[in-house]
Amino acid sequence: MLKIENLHVEVEGKPILRGINLEVPAGQVHAIMGPNGSGKSTLAHVIAGKPGYTVTQGSVSFNGTDLLGLEPEARAGEGVFLAFQYPLEIPGVNNVYMLKAALNGIRKYRGLPEMDAVQFLNLVKEKTKILGLKESLLNRPVNQGFSGGEKKRNEVFQMSVLEPKLAVLDETDSGLDIDALRIVAEGVNQLRSPERAFLVVTHYQRLLDYIVPDVVHVLAQGRIVKSGPRELALELEERGYDWLLPSAVA
Amino acid sequence: MATSPDVQTLIGQKYDAGFVTDIEQESLPPGLTEDTVRFVSAKKGEPQWMLDWRLKAFERWQQMKEPNWAHVHYPKIDYQAISYYAAPKSSKDRPQSLDDVDPKLIETYNKLGIPLEEQKMLAGVAVDVVFDSVSVHTTFKDKLAAAGVIFCSFSEAVREHPELVKRYLGSVVPQHDNYFAALNSAVFSDGSFVYIPKNTRCPMELSTYFRMNAMNTGQFERTLIIADTGSYVSYLEGCTAPQRDENQLHAAVVELIALDDAEIKYSTVQNWYPGDEEGRGGIYNFVTKRGDCRGRNSKISWTQVETGSAITWKYPSCVLKGENSVGEFYSVALANHRQQADTGTKMIHIGRNTRSTIVSKGISAGKGQNAYRGLVRIARSAEGARNYTQCDSLLMGDQCGAHTFPYVEVKNSSAQVEHEASTSKISDDQLFYLRSRGISNEDAVNLIVNGFCKQVFKELPMEFAVEAQKLLSISLEGAVG
Repeated sequence: MLKIENLHVEVEGKPILRGINLEVPAGQVHAIMGPNGSGKSTLAHVIAGKPGYTVTQGSVSFNGTDLLGLEPEARAGEGVFLAFQYPLEIPGVNNVYMLKAALNGIRKYRGLPEMDAVQFLNLVKEKTKILGLKESLLNRPVNQGFSGGEKKRNEVFQMSVLEPKLAVLDETDSGLDIDALRIVAEGVNQLRSPERAFLVVTHYQRLLDYIVPDVVHVLAQGRIVKSGPRELALELEERGYDWLLPSAVA
Repeated sequence: MATSPDVQTLIGQKYDAGFVTDIEQESLPPGLTEDTVRFVSAKKGEPQWMLDWRLKAFERWQQMKEPNWAHVHYPKIDYQAISYYAAPKSSKDRPQSLDDVDPKLIETYNKLGIPLEEQKMLAGVAVDVVFDSVSVHTTFKDKLAAAGVIFCSFSEAVREHPELVKRYLGSVVPQHDNYFAALNSAVFSDGSFVYIPKNTRCPMELSTYFRMNAMNTGQFERTLIIADTGSYVSYLEGCTAPQRDENQLHAAVVELIALDDAEIKYSTVQNWYPGDEEGRGGIYNFVTKRGDCRGRNSKISWTQVETGSAITWKYPSCVLKGENSVGEFYSVALANHRQQADTGTKMIHIGRNTRSTIVSKGISAGKGQNAYRGLVRIARSAEGARNYTQCDSLLMGDQCGAHTFPYVEVKNSSAQVEHEASTSKISDDQLFYLRSRGISNEDAVNLIVNGFCKQVFKELPMEFAVEAQKLLSISLEGAVG
């Protein structure tokens, strides 16, 4: 589904990613772990199309489509979703209204008719029930005045309404207490399906107790230095990252 | 509003008043002297008292100086280089067809969905198609007449209702109030007159758009609205379609008077030509608008959406004399490209328990400069007065400016005055967030801007609000990204 080959990315002339190779098949959950500054968030941003990054080499394809040539909104149309590490506040814009615009933007991209207000509200009600989201959050301005946990839960809520094919979770666990973590993870698990892939970026293996990955990758200094089964995460927790780092830094 | 098919039929109507067509051939050469004032008055067949009033204003204007305190910059205006009798252009001087009109303007008309015939009228094309004179106009007049409402051109009011005009003209905005008001008082071309009788709710929203005489009188327009005891009127001014005008300087005066228990709601969508991207050729809009809450429990509410003009200098105000009277000001002002706006309001609290609300939303984009200037004055007599002011600025890009100049004068210690202000910028991160959800860049900007303006839009009459939204998004096209 997602295929990244030899991806090199720079920010303001400084290389961040130095040759990433990664393949995530449909139905699988892959975790990306690694020390601070290793390029985890950069990878998530580049997949979603955030401006400000320069791809100097390599490719990112999604079901055969070259993602790098698409605007962020077109990538969403193709089925890519990024759950933000720091969700943005949009004052004055109603949360549900924004989500309706998003869903219809995606439907339009796919040549589907727009969803009307009644259909949409039914969908939203169903999803809020599943996620245990307070209905009062729905009609507040996007993320404004939300607690850290509410923001993250709102990300998962948006994801469940938009039903992406590939969801990239950028440190969705950061800043969450254990209860919130469980709820967010449950939301993700409910979306797991043979047609859907997840790329979960995290610092801590704790999240992976709840969202059990098929493969764990370790990203360090802009490269994937090790990949392994779920147990790799536990080993990392015990031993840290140092043993995986190349001794000489380029 | 602008897209009403009824309007199409109106534009072809012949003018009833013969003099309107007679003056087609005549035009005054540029220059302003006492003779100019006499000529304008004579052309309109005005009585002596009206001429005397104009002459007095002219005398005062000559002793005044053009103000320079506003946060706007423009080349000095040569008042002797302007023609003060702007007779409608003769057909041969006008664009002969839409092909002769700036294609950008046509593009905007199409986006707003304006019918072809109406486009011609707005662009000043010589229209000679005569439609069957239909009914809308008449039904509309009949309905108003049945309610006893007077709604006519200012010239007609001077002829037909001199008592009312004499009694109220200049009673809210005195001739010498300011430089531009004095100029207007001397040479005003025409405008609208409204009188709502006692205990009458005006049966429909009144719009200048339906009064065809109002076309081409834009330069020095004069509006006078009187709501008698216990009456209500909602008045709509302007239209969302960008209007071309040959006159660069516009100095209008609007006076509103609300007597006991009366309410006036005045909504404006101003979209004069803002000039090209460098600001060339745009309209200077120097307007004096003031409402007088003269009676007890009276209410005057200004709502404005200002997207046009190269320079806007405008402070719709309320003088709250009557006990328990209420003043409101809701404003969205946009300055894009090289536009400059200095706008706001004045709330003058004189009566006891008077209340006022100010909600101002300024949007700056491109190289636009947007200033909010507001005065809240609580007089010694205004026991228990309250004001709430909210003043928000939204910046798009890094070459525009937002400025806030609030003035607060309180002379009564029982008053409560609140002021809230905020400045925000549409950030690239916000846009990316929305785009990553599947919303296009343009829709993302619109979403944020509409969210920002929501409080004001909800004060506009429904159809005006929808158009105002559309207008904002067109005016901001390409402003980000």
